[in-house]
Amino acid sequence: MATLEIKNLHVSVETEAGKKEILRGVDLTIRSGETHAIMGPNGSGKSTLAYSIAGHPKYEVTEGEILLDGENVLEMSPDERARAGLFLAMQYPVEIPGISVSNFLRTAKTAIDGEAPALRPWIKEVKEAMTNLRMDAAFSERNVNEGFSGGEKKRHEILQLELLKPAFAVLDETDSGLDVDALKIVSEGVNRAQEANNLGVLLITHYTRILKYIKPDFVHVFVAGKVAEEGGPELADRLEAEGYDRYLS
Amino acid sequence: MEQHSHGAGIPLQIRSERLRSANPSDFPAISIRDEQWRYLPVERLNGLDAGLDKFTGILEGLKIDTNGELAGSISLPEDLVAANVFALGDINHIHLKASEAPELLNVKAAGSRQGLQFFISNEKFAKNTLVLNHTGAGSLAELVEIDVADESDLTLISIQNLNDEAVITSSQFARLGRNSKFKHIVVSIGGKTIRVVPAVSFAGAGAEVEMLGAYFANGDQHIEHRPFVDHNLPNCTSNVAYKGALQGAKAHTVWVGDVLIRQAAEGTKTYELNRNLLLTDGARADSVPNLEIETGQIDGAGHASASGRFDDEQLFYLQARGIPEIEAKRLVVKGFLNDVISQIGLPELQDELNSIIEAKLEGKQK
Repeated sequence: MATLEIKNLHVSVETEAGKKEILRGVDLTIRSGETHAIMGPNGSGKSTLAYSIAGHPKYEVTEGEILLDGENVLEMSPDERARAGLFLAMQYPVEIPGISVSNFLRTAKTAIDGEAPALRPWIKEVKEAMTNLRMDAAFSERNVNEGFSGGEKKRHEILQLELLKPAFAVLDETDSGLDVDALKIVSEGVNRAQEANNLGVLLITHYTRILKYIKPDFVHVFVAGKVAEEGGPELADRLEAEGYDRYLS
Repeated sequence: MEQHSHGAGIPLQIRSERLRSANPSDFPAISIRDEQWRYLPVERLNGLDAGLDKFTGILEGLKIDTNGELAGSISLPEDLVAANVFALGDINHIHLKASEAPELLNVKAAGSRQGLQFFISNEKFAKNTLVLNHTGAGSLAELVEIDVADESDLTLISIQNLNDEAVITSSQFARLGRNSKFKHIVVSIGGKTIRVVPAVSFAGAGAEVEMLGAYFANGDQHIEHRPFVDHNLPNCTSNVAYKGALQGAKAHTVWVGDVLIRQAAEGTKTYELNRNLLLTDGARADSVPNLEIETGQIDGAGHASASGRFDDEQLFYLQARGIPEIEAKRLVVKGFLNDVISQIGLPELQDELNSIIEAKLEGKQK
């Protein structure tokens, strides 16, 4: 059982108009096997939270803590965080020309595990995971994210989630840009990863529709850089009916 | 990202008006005041400008004939060093009929101030891949003419992978027949001074040319490429893309990409691109795209040039998957160059080039 704790997190970014505070004191605790949905209107700081957990250099933590089983995550580089068990499924995965998906996956797996995976079982595992996500075998010879459709990029993110087996995954608007079929396939991948590895999930989304497929244990409503309300799955139903308006007035 | 700047201080010379001659004495002495030599100090040529001896290195892997009558039929030399090669009058003719497998010619240089001349003919309807793999030592000047016949398809790959102190210059002139396809790939990684000047013109309409380059300069290497596409006929397509990496305070690369669209070349479509990845402070990448357009009736023409550091988002993506920063950087550079190298089509050679790039990145090889 692992625990990811976010305590009083304040995060700023540099903008043309100077430094701007985006997160204003976020408190959140996620345990293995739990699914937390972070919901909120555009601009509320949801993605900033995701990037801050993963350690993107653009985001400066000015106050507060992130602890993974008591270890100070903020002192770790992004790769150290990944090796410690954190995973971010990105909203906009970048293209890496000249690096094939298979090479990339093997390199990442080797980095995470500290040793190269045994070849035959690894190939089999990748193939199975790809089949589960309805990805064509030819996919692994394409360059990372290059020319991928929106749906392919998201499947590729979830493929990594299943293969790298982190303790906690932050899914940054993984549902955006997916049609119903793709949403279902991607959600099944997240659920498989959760079952297989007792994964803790922080699901960031603007819409409730992904919650039909990935059932949250907790729902946190994010407004203006902090948690405005928390509850169980029923809170999502209320948001579905009422929207975010009442938080914004 | 720094954007490219057009050269200043030296009068702009229209590429098509450049002198062409078989006679070395028609060319002035090499000077940095001459546009085509402005980035390359003459000392770096190790005397290739002062006259040459015949090639005494090794040519292996392909049948070669001698056929002197063809010399100069695609183009006469455009500079003094190439004219010095021409003056030797010793031509190697490679005649390509259709073949399934890629052809590999190993050119192993030895000795100083030597000249080597090729004429490559790709038969009508033939589809071929030819690799000129340059290795070895010394200083070598090369002149290559390439006749891509009507309706034929040729991929020519020129690899410059010589030892640390070697100097190589190569002038390559291709002429493309009607509806032909020509893919030209340059990989320049080994040699103290490397200068490759590939030029393409058209003998028939409807031809397509793709010119790709990958280079990696470190230590005190000077690596220079000057691709030229002369759109002299209608409805031809060209796509030029060169990618380079530089590491170390004395590394210097030069890319001058000339595209000329003449009055007659209606329906031309062209794009040229150069990207340089500067891995350390002090390295210098000169990048100059020149596009001259003499007709408005074209399908499209564009150019782009950018030299800069790592893309932070690429590094973050790899690091977020557990890959340490230094390894992530190597991976990005390898991928950046492999984008071109992977198109060679000879896996063993590709692996060899990739491992040299890896060794250079790790500082194990100059």
